[in-house]
Amino acid sequence: MTPSTSISPRPTLGTVFSDCLVLIERSLKHIIKNRDQLLGVVVQPIMFMLLFRYVFGGAINTGGVTYVNFLMAGIVVQTVAFGSLTTSLSVATDLTRGIIDRFKSLPMASGAVLVGHVVADVVRNAISTLVMVLVGFLVGFNPVATFAEWLMIAGILVLFTLAMSWLAAIMGLLARSVEAVQWVGFMAIFPLTFASSAFVPTDGMPYFLRVFAENQPVTQVIEAVRALMVGTPIGSHGWIATVWCVGFIILAVPLAFYLFRTKAVR
Amino acid sequence: MSDNAIEIKGLTKSFKKVKVLEGINLSVERGTMLALLGPNGAGKTTTVRILSTLLKPDAGEVRVNGFDVVGQADEVRRTIGLTGQYAAVDELLTGRENLIMMGRLYHLGIARAKSRAEELLTQFDLTDAADRAAKTYSGGMRRRLDLAASLVAIPPVLFLDEPTTGLDPRSRITMWNVIRGLMDSGATILLTTQYLEEADKLADRIAVLDHGVIIAEGTAKELKSRVGNERLELIIGERSNLEEAIKVLPNTDLQIHKEERRISIPAGGVADVSAALTSLQKAGIDVESLSLHRPTLDEVFLTLTGKEVTEEETKS
Repeated sequence: MTPSTSISPRPTLGTVFSDCLVLIERSLKHIIKNRDQLLGVVVQPIMFMLLFRYVFGGAINTGGVTYVNFLMAGIVVQTVAFGSLTTSLSVATDLTRGIIDRFKSLPMASGAVLVGHVVADVVRNAISTLVMVLVGFLVGFNPVATFAEWLMIAGILVLFTLAMSWLAAIMGLLARSVEAVQWVGFMAIFPLTFASSAFVPTDGMPYFLRVFAENQPVTQVIEAVRALMVGTPIGSHGWIATVWCVGFIILAVPLAFYLFRTKAVR
Repeated sequence: MSDNAIEIKGLTKSFKKVKVLEGINLSVERGTMLALLGPNGAGKTTTVRILSTLLKPDAGEVRVNGFDVVGQADEVRRTIGLTGQYAAVDELLTGRENLIMMGRLYHLGIARAKSRAEELLTQFDLTDAADRAAKTYSGGMRRRLDLAASLVAIPPVLFLDEPTTGLDPRSRITMWNVIRGLMDSGATILLTTQYLEEADKLADRIAVLDHGVIIAEGTAKELKSRVGNERLELIIGERSNLEEAIKVLPNTDLQIHKEERRISIPAGGVADVSAALTSLQKAGIDVESLSLHRPTLDEVFLTLTGKEVTEEETKS
């Protein structure tokens, strides 16, 4: 061993990109290696799909569309929202273990750690969504979307995942423990996805709840996806959903990097 | 460039209102090992975290390899390896995957990262476990993997923060051998420890840190001479006369506990021990048991500060 190193000088765009790739690879490996998580990615969406389809399906009047067609957009968006909590957990876990010290003491773009977790989230959510749509086909899901519309659906869902995952990363950075992340995340996302048009039409809700449910961002995303999938009127939902998601991303990304840089671990 | 790989002048650091470091001055000559010895809460980890750019100092000048840890953090990071108290490895990845990932984050290139990982797995005796997830490793293996990860880029300066705390005696000895190997390769090492024995066995120089202040610095020999040497303790058997035993032993710094029939004499080396035992044997005195006592960290502190080691709740 010679006491010298052959490390490239200052970080460049190229090294930052390569750091991101290495850490994306790391987070993707986590998906496969973490069996318990895989269960959540594949089995949970199937369970929700079947439960909602058959338990609520007969009792909820969704007007012109069948319940399974109505449900698909809602359950996909809900699954994606809960899926983003994985980023919080991963970030909080990294912070409570020593590994974050190692990353920060390397001559690398340490924020790439966050990029890795967020990108893995997008992949994980894509798998869940695919599983749900396939199961949906088995239980009567009958979409009318064209290929171009499916691409738009994918685009909106990716934007939504990015927005949720970056917000989740912030939560992971601020949390005091991994357990806290789980509870706070659950309490934030549960009302947002249920006080929406995910599972029932908003018509029957009390006035104030209805105003909230019809205008909050999650409903905008659900309505946009639903319109593209099964041909309900899209109105302004498409672009409002896009603006919400892009807005959250623009705010959350710099804040997440800032918190990551300044966070004194332990 | 000066001959010191690590240079600390007037370093202070507080967390909120708690002063953790109160003006530290230290330097470590290139190619040598300094042990920073102190109890929990003395400020050892804080010092290491500042040296490895994880924390910013409040005041003072800190240079590693001639680079300023605040102004030239990137340059510092490129020339150091850090092994913390908590094994900083990805528990889901295998040992090999961990090392390759580190190599790529040091921008060694994929091919070099892979070959370096193999070298380290062999060097640290982890080849058999290379394809198992790190979470299945024992404590000792995890520490070795962690140390290997900090050596990926062959850094000229290494910080080892309590590398053996919590290890069983066998793993500790393995770790010591590994650390000695690093010394032979010419690296400069700053090691923190709570164990006087560890500092004594490994380091060229020892600095004793207490409540954020360096209270003593020197070679192990110099420090020990301030504390007192090893002592031989003898329990004299019931059949023999205690007074007679005392008579035949050298009477410098002799300590006697009559009720326990215990005599303690200074023992600088094997010669002292064998001389004492020979005299007792010649006089026909029955020795029930004998033991050697080394000065402990407690005794170092007791001598240097006049007070016992106290457990602190503050960040260490």
